[in-house]
Amino acid sequence: MVAFDEMSGSGAELRPAYEALDRWLKEAPPEMLALRRSQAELFFRRIGITFAVYGDEESTERLIPFDIIPRVLTKPEWTKLEAGLRQRVTALNMFLADVYGPKECLKAGIIPPDLVYRNACYQLEMVDFKVPHGIYCHIAGIDVVRVDADTFYVLEDNARTPSGVSYMMENREVMLRLFPELFSTHRVAPVDNYPDQLLATLRSVAPRSASSDPTICLLTPGQYNSAFYEHSFLADKLGVELVEGSDLLVKDDVVYMRTTQGPKRVDVIYRRIDDDFIDPLAFRSDSVLGVPGIIGAYKAGNVTLANAVGTGVADDKAVYSYMPEIVKFFTGEEPILKNVPTFRCREPEANAYVLDNLDKLVVKEVNGSGGYGMLVGPHANKAQIETFRRKLKAQPEGFIAQPTLALSTCPTFVASGVAPRHVDLRPYVLSGANGISCVPGGLTRVALKEGSLVVNSSQGGGTKDTWVLDA
Amino acid sequence: MRIRISHTIGYEYAEPARHITQILRLTPRDHDGQHVMSWRIEPNVDGRLRASQDAHGNIVHSFYADGPISSLAIRIDGLIETIDLAGVVRGGLERVPCEVYCRDTLLTGQDEALRSFADAVTAGAGTPLSQMHALMNAVGDRMGCLEASGRSGVGAAAAFAAREAIAQDIAHVFMACARHLGLPARYVSGYVAQSDSLPHGNGAHAWAEVHLEDYGWIGFDCANGLCPIDTHVRVAIGLDYADAAPVRGSRQGGEGENLSVLVSARETEGRFANQ
Repeated sequence: MVAFDEMSGSGAELRPAYEALDRWLKEAPPEMLALRRSQAELFFRRIGITFAVYGDEESTERLIPFDIIPRVLTKPEWTKLEAGLRQRVTALNMFLADVYGPKECLKAGIIPPDLVYRNACYQLEMVDFKVPHGIYCHIAGIDVVRVDADTFYVLEDNARTPSGVSYMMENREVMLRLFPELFSTHRVAPVDNYPDQLLATLRSVAPRSASSDPTICLLTPGQYNSAFYEHSFLADKLGVELVEGSDLLVKDDVVYMRTTQGPKRVDVIYRRIDDDFIDPLAFRSDSVLGVPGIIGAYKAGNVTLANAVGTGVADDKAVYSYMPEIVKFFTGEEPILKNVPTFRCREPEANAYVLDNLDKLVVKEVNGSGGYGMLVGPHANKAQIETFRRKLKAQPEGFIAQPTLALSTCPTFVASGVAPRHVDLRPYVLSGANGISCVPGGLTRVALKEGSLVVNSSQGGGTKDTWVLDA
Repeated sequence: MRIRISHTIGYEYAEPARHITQILRLTPRDHDGQHVMSWRIEPNVDGRLRASQDAHGNIVHSFYADGPISSLAIRIDGLIETIDLAGVVRGGLERVPCEVYCRDTLLTGQDEALRSFADAVTAGAGTPLSQMHALMNAVGDRMGCLEASGRSGVGAAAAFAAREAIAQDIAHVFMACARHLGLPARYVSGYVAQSDSLPHGNGAHAWAEVHLEDYGWIGFDCANGLCPIDTHVRVAIGLDYADAAPVRGSRQGGEGENLSVLVSARETEGRFANQ
């Protein structure tokens, strides 16, 4: 399987976006590059940007590897990609408004009703509830992969609490400090206005009861969450309070934040706690992370939660396979971004094919995330394949399968020098009453192991700065 | 049958509570088999009681009270007229499609033992209705029903393995089996009027309902071995106990909580709740 390389295409050419970078890589003394790499690591250590790997007792906090060679997109490439992302997120929000409202797409047979109704992420509390300003998915992280010069596939729609945007910003910060000369030879679109855009989005969706200067806070599960660094980073950049569940109090269906000046009414909560844990009185009663009564306040229209409760039904991997039809149904347009061809194991014929071709396919749990509960057939051993065979036979509806894609590669520093490694891209798309916005680029994740297709940081992936060239 | 219900849920706190929030699903609705003649729900401390409706159509009261509170009692008084419809539930409010009740939840998750039990005991039965009757009898035979006081639920699989459980878990066992067999099943919390012919659940009780193509929703009370008759008063429904629980609460302060429940449901001739 020969993958498309972002710098050299099929191997022989030098693609225009990378011309200056190629020159720089050839001319820069190797010692200087080695020095910069160690400086980059030092920088990340100093700011303490770490993540936790679940199930790894040795080191609960790790540094995510950073590669200093940026991933470059041209303006025309980005323009097309961005149009596709806007279309996709528009459709996601319309789909959510529909399944919790009139259910036209179910009546029209676009998607089997049981995929919605039997889905644990379809929150019954949200049925017939009108969310403030009609927006469900305020912050989306759409994972895309590239397979050739013109084609991007959407791999996953992350519509719950997508993380990683702090890496997008820190990666740029580090690159600006280490390689100022590169930014004088390239016109790179800035990403540092992301917090302003996020703040504007959150302000725009405040309930109508709020003043013109709504109070916003960021609700974190706490320091043991794998993305806690990001929560504190974003709260700081946004200039809003970082709170845990115990810092909030609900009284008479109004949410208050405890402050040194007494309780202060809260209008918008950027919450990074999953639905199940956000309110022990509405969802899991054993949750100690949530805020008792917050769902009551939400349903009384006194507070906006971003993202809305129940968005998980839209990024479910079984629902994903219907996204092209969903995009077409709600926007009336052909989808700009393709879906990866997907076998729905719930369909007996598809499952039979999957069981016969486990060594060639990627099998994913419908409700898994972060690369957990996933089989990459070509790289799996016999025991792993047999484990999945048993799972697929016992509960076929819990899985989907996709062909292993030839994800594009990008030149990356490895022990032996510079070599191609597979990459994906997670752009962040914001939806508010003020419209949709998307900073150019996003987070590029890179699979550092040779040949590996799994870019998740929990599975040995790293990150790169992502450049969209303005000219 | 005319049933008078009085139910008091009392809390004592060794250390006064600073703030109490409770979500109460303690108010029944009308359907063809029951008519609510009068119903009062009254906390004995000052606070705000707001009525709303949840996803299933249950009447929900949110109660907020500021402390210091060293004791709290929620008192319910009601009078209900019921008729025996052999367990069939019609004319009630149905807010979500019955397919929703096919979902497994934390409390109704199945294991292999439960699945093979469900398959085995329904194998000989013909129609889905007779399958559910067979299942009700088999669950009732297998599971001893424990008094609820002081015990909390453990979920379907653990209850099934233990062979004895409180009524709510017996309902979970039945629901888990029905869902495994592909039928929508839901949890009912309610009251059962005192009766010599019913061994279990005089007072507060729990059972299950299954949706069958030609009949709609039908109740199955495994602990008592029958489909609900005019002794049964439906109060709230849900995906499982947690979803339909009479009280879900949280408090600040109020360490050392002591719970006491007094409940009586009796047939009466009187026309008013206070007679």
